[in-house]
Amino acid sequence: MTNTPAVSATPLLQVSNLTRVFDVSKPWLNRLIERESKQFLRAVDNVSFEIRKGETLALVGESGSGKSTIAKMLVGLLDPSEGAILFDDQPMIMDGSERMMDLRKRFQMIFQSPYASLNPRWKVADIIAEPMIVLGVEKDSARIGARVDELLGLVGLSAADGSKFPHEFSGGQRQRIAIARALSSNPEFIVCDEPTSALDVSVQAQILNLMRDLQDRLGLTYLFISHDLSVVRHMATRIGVLYLGALVEIADSKELFKAPQHPYTRMLLDAVPDLEMTGRQRKEVEGEIPNPIDPPSGCTFHPRCPFANDRCKREVPGWTPTRTGVTACHGVEEGRIPQAAMAG
Amino acid sequence: MTTPLLSVRNLVIEFPNRHGPLTAVDGVSFDLEAGEILGVVGESGAGKSLTGSAIIGLLDPPGRIASGEIHLKGERIDNLRPEDMRVIRGRRIGMVFQDPLTSLNPLYTIAEQLIETIRTHLRLSEREARQRAIGLLDDVGIPAASRRIDDYPHQFSVGMRQRVVIALALAAEPELVIADEPTTALDVSVQAQIIDVLKEQCTQHGASVILITHDMGVIAETADRVAVMYSGRIAEIGPVREIIKNAKHPYTSGLMGSIPTLAQEEDRLVQIPGAMPRLSDIPPGCAFNPRCEHAFDKCRVERPVLIPVDNREVACWLYEDAEASEAAR
Repeated sequence: MTNTPAVSATPLLQVSNLTRVFDVSKPWLNRLIERESKQFLRAVDNVSFEIRKGETLALVGESGSGKSTIAKMLVGLLDPSEGAILFDDQPMIMDGSERMMDLRKRFQMIFQSPYASLNPRWKVADIIAEPMIVLGVEKDSARIGARVDELLGLVGLSAADGSKFPHEFSGGQRQRIAIARALSSNPEFIVCDEPTSALDVSVQAQILNLMRDLQDRLGLTYLFISHDLSVVRHMATRIGVLYLGALVEIADSKELFKAPQHPYTRMLLDAVPDLEMTGRQRKEVEGEIPNPIDPPSGCTFHPRCPFANDRCKREVPGWTPTRTGVTACHGVEEGRIPQAAMAG
Repeated sequence: MTTPLLSVRNLVIEFPNRHGPLTAVDGVSFDLEAGEILGVVGESGAGKSLTGSAIIGLLDPPGRIASGEIHLKGERIDNLRPEDMRVIRGRRIGMVFQDPLTSLNPLYTIAEQLIETIRTHLRLSEREARQRAIGLLDDVGIPAASRRIDDYPHQFSVGMRQRVVIALALAAEPELVIADEPTTALDVSVQAQIIDVLKEQCTQHGASVILITHDMGVIAETADRVAVMYSGRIAEIGPVREIIKNAKHPYTSGLMGSIPTLAQEEDRLVQIPGAMPRLSDIPPGCAFNPRCEHAFDKCRVERPVLIPVDNREVACWLYEDAEASEAAR
């Protein structure tokens, strides 16, 4: 365990050109009768990013933007169609080899719904001990028991809670159990897929505070996935904005909120309800996410973008460096998008 | 004084249980003026949806109104026979539910559903009803309404479906619309559109709104007044701006602090310890007392009543003296 929450410069995780295609075709006979070809959905399209040790990278996006698909690929629950994931400079290939099993101990995942992610027939102590046993971190049963008690204390539950079943706990307490389970194999990196979306706000605050405390204490690195921009701003060091499976902007968290570059990022920020009641006028957001099976040409955001021109309809934008990070937008590259002064 | 559009008095909703009844909503009272938007906010289990269902007479058994009265323009509606309530529901009180896919029938076109609703409540011919339906869809922002009206619900996107549901709720020009978490199932960019449509259309059609949600941000943007509910009781009720800027009840201020915002600089969120009590063990006195840092002896024994303080009402003993001093003035 380290006590240094400082972010180091070395990337812990490198993702390059990650792509996942799902076959969403109709059954073979239907295709034959209706003379239709196969249909594919690019849920994640050529996504590259890196996560440095000790930082929290957040991925935000609306439903269908590919957030959860990326999370699943990072922990090996889904195989990438193309692209590579390097964890501590080692390729992540889930082949069950000894090398992979060693690597597997070093990352864990926290899921969205603590109602679905805990086995209702298992006692809490068994749920928390499972990763240790499966991954062979600890073999001695007395030591496992002691570690479970320690973990329960770490997440704010008591050792006596280990002999209870999940149904005896509230949603927030269940998410604490899920966090304890994720920590049991002593991982360095945790993928958190909407960890507080199923919780009420006051409970959400408890869990977010706990996750930050644990990060400081254990030197954890997080990939934090959420659709809630306010939560993301609170948790993240850097933020990646996803639209239709592709990253449109990556920037330092505080800066992204001060000076969003990509028109989609601006639109998302504009849509957040104004709780401070500053009288900020919310701009009417145009349209909805298009059908991902048949995405628009060029920049996929162009049909909703107030700054789109012909080039945006033809060409897929590459990365343009900005003052705060990078963004994929022709308009920003050409400097024809006026700087927006964002509140906050 | 004029009669308020809706008046809820000491509403108590109970669920029978082996060990005696569980009280899910306990003595809720509020008034709603014509044209007003009242937000009802609270966490899961606070009784906000049950209050809404009770008003429109859709409380699912075994839940039942154990006591209290609901008046619509001075007329008592909580004890009506089902067939009399059916005349009010849809005609005088419209409803928007959370999930637009489950509140529309997938087997009928939008036209059939809208025309049926309109003709149930208004004396219009089929053709007039269809004209009216197209007008409604136009109003809620469905492009090419005259063509899309013959589509089925699955042919619309989620945001468009919620617009259709709003059109349905307004089909018979109700005086009151109850919207239960109308934006919870939607993405944030679409959520903003729906809030705008709901607010604008209800104002235009002259309907008052009860907006039930867990999202304080939505309330801040939409409502005139807000009622904060906790454990089936109203903790604080008053003008939105005052309550958001300067919450009085310890629960409300804790709740406001626990919401991460875009402007905030602090590293830690305000944290209310513990969780809302289960219905079976609501503590005596103030339901919030075990989690409240200001709780004193009286809070653990005697249940606070709503005390008027600074333009709003707060159910908290901390303000008992404030009331006395205000009365003295």
